[in-house]
Amino acid sequence: MQLHSDRPIAVDVRDAVKVYGDFTALKRVSLSIHDNEFFTLLGPSGCGKTTLLRMIAGFEDVTEGSIALFGEPIAALPPHKRPVNTVFQNYALFPHMTVLDNVGFGLEMLGRSKSEARKRAGEVLDMVQLSQFSSRKPSQLSGGQQQRVALARALAPQPKVLLLDEPLSALDLKLRKAMQLELKHLQRETGITFIFVTHDQEEALTMSDRIAVMSAGELQQLGDAREIYERPKNRFVADFIGDTNLIEVTVDAVAEGQAKCHLGGGHALICDAVEGVKAGDKVHMSMRPERLFLSEEPIAAEGFRGTVRENIFIGTDITTIVALNEGPDFTIRASNSSRGNSRVFDIGAEVVVNMEQGAGRLLTD
Amino acid sequence: MAGGASTGGSSQSETFAPARYWLLLPSWVTLTILVLAPVSMMMGYSFLTKEFRGGVIWEFSLSAYDQFFFDRGLFGDDPPVLQWTYISIFWRSIWQAGVATLMSLVIGFPTAYFIATRPEKERAIWVFLVTIPYWVNLLIRTVSMKFLLRDQGPLNDLLVGSGLLSEPLTIVNTNFAVQLGLFYSYLPFMVLPIYAAAERYNFALSEAAADLYATRWTVLRRILLPSVKPGIVAGCILVFVPSLGSFLAPDLLGGAKNFMIGSLIEEQFKGNAGNWPFGAAASMILLTLVMVILLISARQQAKGGK
Ligand SMILES: Nc1ncnc2c1ncn2[C@@H]1O[C@H](COP(=O)(O)OP(=O)(O)OP(=O)(O)O)[C@@H](O)[C@H]1O
Ligand SMILES: [Mg+2]
Repeated sequence: MQLHSDRPIAVDVRDAVKVYGDFTALKRVSLSIHDNEFFTLLGPSGCGKTTLLRMIAGFEDVTEGSIALFGEPIAALPPHKRPVNTVFQNYALFPHMTVLDNVGFGLEMLGRSKSEARKRAGEVLDMVQLSQFSSRKPSQLSGGQQQRVALARALAPQPKVLLLDEPLSALDLKLRKAMQLELKHLQRETGITFIFVTHDQEEALTMSDRIAVMSAGELQQLGDAREIYERPKNRFVADFIGDTNLIEVTVDAVAEGQAKCHLGGGHALICDAVEGVKAGDKVHMSMRPERLFLSEEPIAAEGFRGTVRENIFIGTDITTIVALNEGPDFTIRASNSSRGNSRVFDIGAEVVVNMEQGAGRLLTD
Repeated sequence: MAGGASTGGSSQSETFAPARYWLLLPSWVTLTILVLAPVSMMMGYSFLTKEFRGGVIWEFSLSAYDQFFFDRGLFGDDPPVLQWTYISIFWRSIWQAGVATLMSLVIGFPTAYFIATRPEKERAIWVFLVTIPYWVNLLIRTVSMKFLLRDQGPLNDLLVGSGLLSEPLTIVNTNFAVQLGLFYSYLPFMVLPIYAAAERYNFALSEAAADLYATRWTVLRRILLPSVKPGIVAGCILVFVPSLGSFLAPDLLGGAKNFMIGSLIEEQFKGNAGNWPFGAAASMILLTLVMVILLISARQQAKGGK
């Protein structure tokens, strides 16, 4: 977000490569994370998120490239000398210590007296609403409580950068949503830079200032939530973030920032041109289901005729699948409300699929 | 043993209630024959009167215990004074066994840690390697050790031959030789329980501690050691207890001056010079000592586990 771009760079990853034996887990990843930013690494399982986080924390060495913290290269610093703390994917709470001592551990290691560490630990536990559990052992807590202890433990020494590796993945949906908000507030209050790892795209969209979408060890796209959702760069990002219709189109002409294309069945449409796409290319187009709507009769020249195949009720929305008379199937989502231009049709009804202005997005690969 | 079975799952023990005692019978028989009977016999013998050619006269007597603790002069009619001979042998045994335990811990802990941090496939091989020397009989191992360590043995040949020392180092017939012998006899008993505990250790905890600014030494002291403590305690008991009663290593490597309880007891049952009640009494005292040590460590464990 522009909000952050004028702040100093907290973590600077330059051309980082990580090789395990003959397997390359990270392939030249470069990104700059600003101070005070809520930054999310998003990607499917095995794409290298944890690997990148562990390299920043110092548990894995960097095969090639470099990582700097506030301008200082940190390759030579062992983990215990880096001003970053981690909330581990599996919490890794010390089983033989009380909750209070777990949270105070980092402060003690920084040279505070035991009583001072305990006092501060108590305050942090207050912040995550766990003060009544401070004398328990971690095994006597629920998963969600343990998660909050792990968070408190990492926050207590007031690191410059906090690394969070899928800290909410073990929680149920309700608690998870509550924790998402709590984390977001905490980040704002403390001003600590958060690097948050998740494979849940919805979580990423709700919480982050900026998101780095990764796949198979490569950075696919970097941007804020809107940018990534509305202007995905490639097929992977469009598909991974939210639902979309990925339709193969042929570009007929490109002029004045507009591209004229047609679909399989010959339906013509106009959309914004993107860099790297020229006349004659066969590329994919992403159309978000909620930006399509149905009507009985054509509204504009671009409508596609088809037949309703299925209606799926998902609570807030109704998803309709329409088979075009000629061409691919489309998924359309209408809000479950009587307002707006969304109408629901019976199965078998003849309808026209319409696009909102600018709903089609050309993808380069 | 019976307690363990009857306090198990409630519904199960209901179902098996009638059969329970029958099913436990083998355990009871084994325990009676192998533990209860020998210990009672030993206790009985310790309260009998000695016969001069070994063996006993069936007459109640406290003289075995009296001989252990008190000196009543040459003719047995002086006022009793505390007798230090045997107590000091006991004390030396405890000291020797303690040093051997400490040596096993210092060598055994890093070994166990090393094995636990190998890739999973390799661990079984390392454990196997640790136990290989112990396929050879203890007596043969101890004799070989004496041969290796003696003044004209290979070790001294090497030390003198290479010019490191001008005179051979006397190791055999010292306290140190006994400690070394005990250490070598029981090292796997230290390595294996610590390995078992270290293998279950979650190494992410070490990372978490390092992430919270703990140095490697602090990680070891504050996180790793407390986590594998049950293994360390088990290893120490398993080395200390047999070391305490051992007689092979002190006899073969220590010579006459470095006598331990095991040898004292063994001698009482050998040939015609023996004194069975006295040997039995010394065994009972040793047994009591060991029980007290075990109870104290169990107490400590229970406290630490809370
Ligand atoms: N120590 C290792 N040795 C070999 N390969 C590894 C090692 N650690 C990770 N990898 C591989 O590197 C890739 C990236 O792993 P990483 O743990 O970073 O994934 P991730 O994005 O965090 O996935 P998840 O969402 O499942 O946690 C995976 O394919 C994994 O198999
Ligand atoms: Mg991961």
